Amino acid sequence: MDWMIGFAILIVKLGVVLVGLLLLAAYLVLLERKFLGRLQIRYGPNRAGKFGLLQPLADTIKMLTKEDIVPEAADRVLFLLAPAVVAAEALLIFAVVPFGASVTLLGKKIPLVITDLNVGLLYVFALASLGVYGVALGGWASNSKYSLLGGIRGAAQMISYELSLGLSLVPIVMLARSFSLLDIVRAQAHYPFILVQPVSFMIFFISAMAETKRIPFDLPEAENELGAGYHTEYSGMRFGLFFLGEYVNLQVFGALVAVFFLGGWRGPFLPPVVWFLIKILVISILMIWVRGTLPRLRYDQLMHLGWKVLVPLALLNIVATGFVLLIIG
Amino acid sequence: MKSALEAIGALATGFATTFKHLFRKPITEEYPEYRRPLPERSRAVIVLTRDPDGGERCVACYLCSAACPVSCISMQSAEREDGRRYARWFRINFARCIYCGLCEEACPTSAIQLTPYFETCERDILKLVYEKEDLLVEHSGKDKEYNFYKYAGVVTEVGDKGAHEREEKPVKIKSNLP
Repeated sequence: MDWMIGFAILIVKLGVVLVGLLLLAAYLVLLERKFLGRLQIRYGPNRAGKFGLLQPLADTIKMLTKEDIVPEAADRVLFLLAPAVVAAEALLIFAVVPFGASVTLLGKKIPLVITDLNVGLLYVFALASLGVYGVALGGWASNSKYSLLGGIRGAAQMISYELSLGLSLVPIVMLARSFSLLDIVRAQAHYPFILVQPVSFMIFFISAMAETKRIPFDLPEAENELGAGYHTEYSGMRFGLFFLGEYVNLQVFGALVAVFFLGGWRGPFLPPVVWFLIKILVISILMIWVRGTLPRLRYDQLMHLGWKVLVPLALLNIVATGFVLLIIG
Repeated sequence: MKSALEAIGALATGFATTFKHLFRKPITEEYPEYRRPLPERSRAVIVLTRDPDGGERCVACYLCSAACPVSCISMQSAEREDGRRYARWFRINFARCIYCGLCEEACPTSAIQLTPYFETCERDILKLVYEKEDLLVEHSGKDKEYNFYKYAGVVTEVGDKGAHEREEKPVKIKSNLP
């Protein structure tokens, strides 16, 4: 009986998180288009429904009803699999992200996280690097030169930035003394880690933008050089899955920034979940602002920034943090 | 170190610029609500005008059809009993028309003239195929006095030989020997 209740709670949590993520992803697309529009002194979508609020619905219907084209020369199995990898990877990361303190319902304590792995951070990194398979496989299986170029760029870029992403979080782990995301949030009870680890925050933020393949790091897509890069040959909802993956990734990295640096769900007055959403939205808006401001990096600049600036900086930051921790005790 | 500071300064300027743009009024003109006043001589859809006497000006010479860069005009010429030419049918596909106005320039009889109406949007694309009846108007547009058959040396109801404007009486070739 007890495990039945636990199972039911788990299913409900999974459903809520999934629906929430997908809804938020749909409206993040709208937010991005609106906000980007205003940055470029235009309105953005405003025809479907009031203020364009039904635009995500219209887009979904459009993508679902479009023809699903598989190129003749494509590697069919991999071609069909690749978008699912991207979307699934993005959704799965959220399994370890805590979005609130535990609530008590009917005398039962329910932690507001799907599963609290004690190696949550490693799980995040494992899945984040899995995402590159979707990009590389999609690019390769399409059997098109633009897609292949996009896929190769994606693989090279994400491997490079994976390193600084991982290294930037080592100081966080040193401070929290745990790999569990829940413990990391608990360790920020007195102050968020962004105050003591601003360098780490910057490195993580930049690497996260590279991981989510957003401007200025959108070389795998690079519309004006590669058509649409790794998803040039995709259409309909398969393209939609890549798109969805990108925006779920945006939320996931927003959530991770919140968990690692901004104190997770903590905040005054409002309920924890609302604070968590606000933090995700603020990070997302920041990323959109970056997109509206910066041009795409050249490929060698991208590699230069990754290997010669961010990685050494992250290593120095680890050493400095260790030094300080040793002195303080 | 100096270059790093410069880079940060440049980034800050960029972000400040886009942030300022956030509070500017969008420059978008929203089309169906706001229709930008067209320039006085803007031109788009064609009409077929009539001469001042009410006859069709089009003589079905095919010059417009030949001049049309997207080949959207087609017609069938025919001749009336009195020798006057006309188009049995005249068809233009506005789904293909690019409003270039070359047909008007090609037209020798001022039959094709352009109007500023351009909003020929339809859900059914076949509704954009206009027949002669849709194009004919009950006036002569510009060149109000002009009637091609008053000048052409063709015998029609409008004029017999020698009766046209700026035309001399026919010479009797049998009797004007020196």
